[in-house]
Amino acid sequence: MSTIKIDSGRCTLCEVCLGVCPFNAMSRVDDKIIVNSACKLCKICIKNCPVGAISLEEAHRLMVNKKNYKGIAVFAENRQGILAPVVKELLGKARTLAEVIDHPVIAIVIGASTEEVVKQCLHLGADKVIVADDEELAEFRSDIYTDVFVSILERLKPSVVLVGATPVGRSLAPKAAVRMDTGLTADCTQLEMKENTDLVQIRPAFGGNIMAQIITTYTRPQFATVRYKVFDNAAWINDPKGIVEKIDLNINEHSSAIRILDAEPLKHQELLSEAERIIVAGIGVNNPKGLSYVNELAALLDASIAYTRPMVEKGISTYQYQIGLSGRTVKPKLIITCGVSGAVQFAAGMQNSDCIIAINNDPDADIFKIAHVAIIGDCAQVLPKLIEQLRKGDTHVL
Amino acid sequence: MKILVCIKQVPDSQKVQVDPITGSLMRAGIDAKMNPYDLFALEAALQLKDSQGAHVTVMTMGPQAAVEILREAYALGSDEAVLVSDRGFAGADVLATAHTLAYAIQALKTDFDLILCGKQTTDGDTAQVGPAVAEILGIPHVSWVDAIRSSNEESVTVHYALTSCTHLAQVKTPCLLTIEKDYSQPRYPSYLKIKAASKRQPRIVSLKDLNGEDVPAHVGSLGSATQVERIFPPASRSENLRLEGDSTKLANDLVDYLISEHIIAKEIQ
Repeated sequence: MSTIKIDSGRCTLCEVCLGVCPFNAMSRVDDKIIVNSACKLCKICIKNCPVGAISLEEAHRLMVNKKNYKGIAVFAENRQGILAPVVKELLGKARTLAEVIDHPVIAIVIGASTEEVVKQCLHLGADKVIVADDEELAEFRSDIYTDVFVSILERLKPSVVLVGATPVGRSLAPKAAVRMDTGLTADCTQLEMKENTDLVQIRPAFGGNIMAQIITTYTRPQFATVRYKVFDNAAWINDPKGIVEKIDLNINEHSSAIRILDAEPLKHQELLSEAERIIVAGIGVNNPKGLSYVNELAALLDASIAYTRPMVEKGISTYQYQIGLSGRTVKPKLIITCGVSGAVQFAAGMQNSDCIIAINNDPDADIFKIAHVAIIGDCAQVLPKLIEQLRKGDTHVL
Repeated sequence: MKILVCIKQVPDSQKVQVDPITGSLMRAGIDAKMNPYDLFALEAALQLKDSQGAHVTVMTMGPQAAVEILREAYALGSDEAVLVSDRGFAGADVLATAHTLAYAIQALKTDFDLILCGKQTTDGDTAQVGPAVAEILGIPHVSWVDAIRSSNEESVTVHYALTSCTHLAQVKTPCLLTIEKDYSQPRYPSYLKIKAASKRQPRIVSLKDLNGEDVPAHVGSLGSATQVERIFPPASRSENLRLEGDSTKLANDLVDYLISEHIIAKEIQ
């Protein structure tokens, strides 16, 4: 197996490697640097060693024939005839990836009453839609969905499988990837295609403080779950040319160890993720006047209101309306943050928004690093003036 | 009922940052702690211990220092603790980590009815190791469980939220559940229990304890299907528009900007 080797002859015990290791995997024991099992082989220690005492000893590994795997497959998550919104983005991204290597885009629809969903996938540019439609598949169950999904993928042999990083996707993808004995990169926020069909998968780690670039080097297909509200929707095609293939299924009520006793549609929770305009109230407007300004501004701009984690912790609102790593990820057309300092955990939940306007009286606030428009001013002064302007009635929301 | 809870030691991720110039990590003085989401999984197990006398084992894979979180789990009320540790496990991705945990679970030779995991960790943030372990063990799993409503010898009834709906479902045991963060308020250990736990030693499972076909090919870097090419700091945008001045001017500038970005439009007179 591959391991980090330290040449104790060259090592000067400067301990630079201890400081740069992201995983706390290196330590000094007496006159030796040792690597523990937390090591991820990220090779940062090798790059940073001033005397070149660290090297990677790589084991020889078998590589699949990548030419035998063709196509970008998209798991077209749906329920009750409604396509999960993330699928529109997956099909858009799949198309741009497929163009680099001249592969087809295949949508895989698993569910019940899927006619409308299949049609939508065609209009969203799928070259082929593979459909597994059965009443037993009406509700997501990880075991039976994995059986159906993997049987389709084993026959299809795609190069890439994209799955939304939704609660359903993050339950299905790991099972499917493990069963196919291949790599899975979770919660990707950037994807690029190499000429050799290796998918460059970029994802945040450590709460968004670090980005990691990951490759599935040896195996196929390459599974990635993809964060919602990060990529653009696929273009709508009026006269789609894609084909539909229906799968014969042999499943019954004994096919799953999970029995659904009750299913209820989610309320409210997703409203924030769907909003086109959002006003965020941070700790800087945590007073009755400040909050009333935020409410009024939201009404004038036909926007939803969201909160930062400290505001939710103070009981001003609930988790459903919290933006950030521990709350919702949003990608609206417009987001105006009021009195938000912009901790990375918050930024991770909204930094892909089309237009970010930040109002804060601290000129060095972190939020200004990601804002398209930085307004250095006191919310208590700026918001009433802005409301006054918008109230004049000579503008309207588009 | 026998329950296994998988937990992980993580760095306090809020403080981990990449130096934008050198590309290396700045993590001076960062403490390690139990993954906060695992506390909910542990709480779920301990509630089943309180209500029906379940036997609770905790397991973690990590370096020797991870014994700290096992002691924390002891102090909270766990009956047994297992540290899965070996240099040969280094460089593990989701696939290799799941294989290692599954092998280690098999090495315990205990018929667990339930395996519980936190919904995700705060360092890797993948939320995918739990389902992967279930797949390797060949048992059903349900993710994002926010309530265990009832349990009997053959099944558990659980509630969870998916992308667009919530489910109440009966799952055959043995099974694996990942537990949502709002499951229940995790308990705090008493000082006496912390003191008592500080001397307890977990059972150690290392590479040589694992049985199975071609174990070395499924663990550590060799068992990993994904490779980290590089890490880098998140991008910050450079072409900011910065507005300063008195609030009337700021409000006017902002309205003009919203018009120029086609977010609002001037009424046609």
